[in-house]
Amino acid sequence: MTLPRPLPRLFSRLPLPPLAAPALGLALTRLLRRIATRQPAILSRLGPYQAARFLIDVQDGPVLLLMEPEARRITALPRRAPPPHDAAIRGRMAAFLAMLHGTEDGDALFFSGELEISGDTSAVLALRNALDDAELDLTGELAALARPPFDRWLRRASHLAAQRSGYALSREEPLA
Amino acid sequence: MMELVCPAGTPAALRAAVDAGAHTVYCGFADETNARNFPGLNFSREELAEGVAYARARGARVLVAINTFPRAGGQALWHRAVADAHQAGAHAVILADPGLIAHAAEAHPDLRLHLSVQAAAANPDAINLYAEAFGIRRVVLPRVLTVEEITAINREIDIETEVFVFGGLCVMAEGRCSLSSWATGLSPNMNGVCSPASHVAYEEVAGNNEARLGGYLIHRTPKGAPVPYPTLCKGCFTAPATRTGPAQTGHIFEDPVSLDATELIPKLQKAGVTALKIEGRQRSRAYVAQVVRAFRAAVEAAEQGAPMPAGLLAKLTEGQAATTGAYAKTWR
Repeated sequence: MTLPRPLPRLFSRLPLPPLAAPALGLALTRLLRRIATRQPAILSRLGPYQAARFLIDVQDGPVLLLMEPEARRITALPRRAPPPHDAAIRGRMAAFLAMLHGTEDGDALFFSGELEISGDTSAVLALRNALDDAELDLTGELAALARPPFDRWLRRASHLAAQRSGYALSREEPLA
Repeated sequence: MMELVCPAGTPAALRAAVDAGAHTVYCGFADETNARNFPGLNFSREELAEGVAYARARGARVLVAINTFPRAGGQALWHRAVADAHQAGAHAVILADPGLIAHAAEAHPDLRLHLSVQAAAANPDAINLYAEAFGIRRVVLPRVLTVEEITAINREIDIETEVFVFGGLCVMAEGRCSLSSWATGLSPNMNGVCSPASHVAYEEVAGNNEARLGGYLIHRTPKGAPVPYPTLCKGCFTAPATRTGPAQTGHIFEDPVSLDATELIPKLQKAGVTALKIEGRQRSRAYVAQVVRAFRAAVEAAEQGAPMPAGLLAKLTEGQAATTGAYAKTWR
C-alpha cells in the first residue's frame, strides 16, 4: 500500500476560524444532497443503514464529520466533541479519497490498517459497497456546482493538485 | 485461451471486470439465494439485465450464482431467482442444491447449468452423476484438490471444469462448514453469509486491535498491524498448556492467507481445466479491475507458453500473504 504523505500536522492542530465548521458542514450537506438526488441507488444499497449515523474521522483533517444519509446531512464538529454515532471509520485523507475514487481497494486499506472501523460493521460494509458502486468523482461533483468558467478552473486546479500531492482527487478513468 | 471467470458484487464492479478483460463475470441477487449475501452488495433484477447487456456488447458473458441451499417451504425464492436469471439473459446459473438443480433442469431446459463449489463434488463419480441426471455442463471444483487429482478427474468426466486461482480461501470442503453457524447462527450454505458483518465487532483495547465474531475474540493484533476479518477458521487461538507441552498460540485451522495460483496456470491448463475463477464478489471495483487485469495477462502468457508474472497482487490479499493452496499440497 503506497499512499501519499498525510496532510501537514499543522492542518489538524490549528484552531478553526469561527463558523468554519458549520460552513463546511453546509457545503458538504449540499454536495451529499446533490449526489443523493443524482444517484438514488446509493441510498437503496444502504437499505436499513440509511438511518445509521456514520462518524468519518479524517485523522489528518481539522474536524470530525457526522454523516446521516437518511436526513441527507453532514455535520462538521470539533475534534474535542465526538458526537453519538452508530459506526465510525478512521484514517488519513489519502485513504478515504483513494477508496472513494476507486484507486485503492477498501478491504486492502482496511487489512493494511490504513482504515480502521468500529461500531456497526454491517453499516460500514453497506456504505462502502454503496459508495463503490456509485463511482463518485468529487472534483466532477464540485465542478458541477460551479458556474463557467470556474468549473473548468476547478477541474484544472484539482488535476494539478492531484499530480503534485499524489492524492486521488477524482475518479480513475476506466480502461479503454 | 483459458476462460477467466471474474467476480462482481455491484454493477460498477461488473463493468470494471469486463473493461479489464474478463471473459465471464459472475454475480448474484441481493438476497439469501447466493453465498455472498452482504449488506449493500449484489444486483437487483434490473441491474442484472443491464449488466448482461453491458457484458454482451463487449463480448463477455454473465453467470448468476444461486448457490445456497433453499429452506424447506421457502423454495419459491430460489425458483424465482433461477427464472429471473434466465429471463435476464444470463449465460448460465451456478447451483449447488440437487433439488434446485432438478427444478432448473425441468423448468428451464435451455438454461445452461454450472455446479457450484458449494456442492462439493470432488470426484468423477459425483460429477458424472450431476452431469447425467441434470445435464450440468461445468463443475466448479472444491479447493481441496491437487493438480494431479484435477488431471485424474478431467480424464473421467465429459464436462468442463473450473477452478479457483485467486482470492479468499475456504478451508473446509465447501458446503459442509458449520463454524460460522456455530458462532452466529448464520451460515454461508443456508443464509449466504460466512461470519456475517452484523456479528463482527472491531475494538481498540489497550493498544491492540481486537476483532470479534459473535462475541468471540478471533484476532488480537498490535495497532498498525494488518487486521484480518474475523472468520473462525482463520482465527488466532490459544491452546492451554498440557502435561506434554506449554500453551500455544497460533492459527489452529488455517492462516489468514489468500489463494494465488498464478504460477500453476500452465499446469492447470495441461490438466484440462477450462476456466479459472477469481474469488471476491465482496471486494471493490478497484480490486476487481487490478486482479482481472493481472490474470488476463497471465492467461494470455500461458496461451503463448510465456512465464507467469508473479507477486503482483500481494497487497490485495487477506492478511497480505498468499498460498498456492491445496493444488501443490504445501497447504496444511
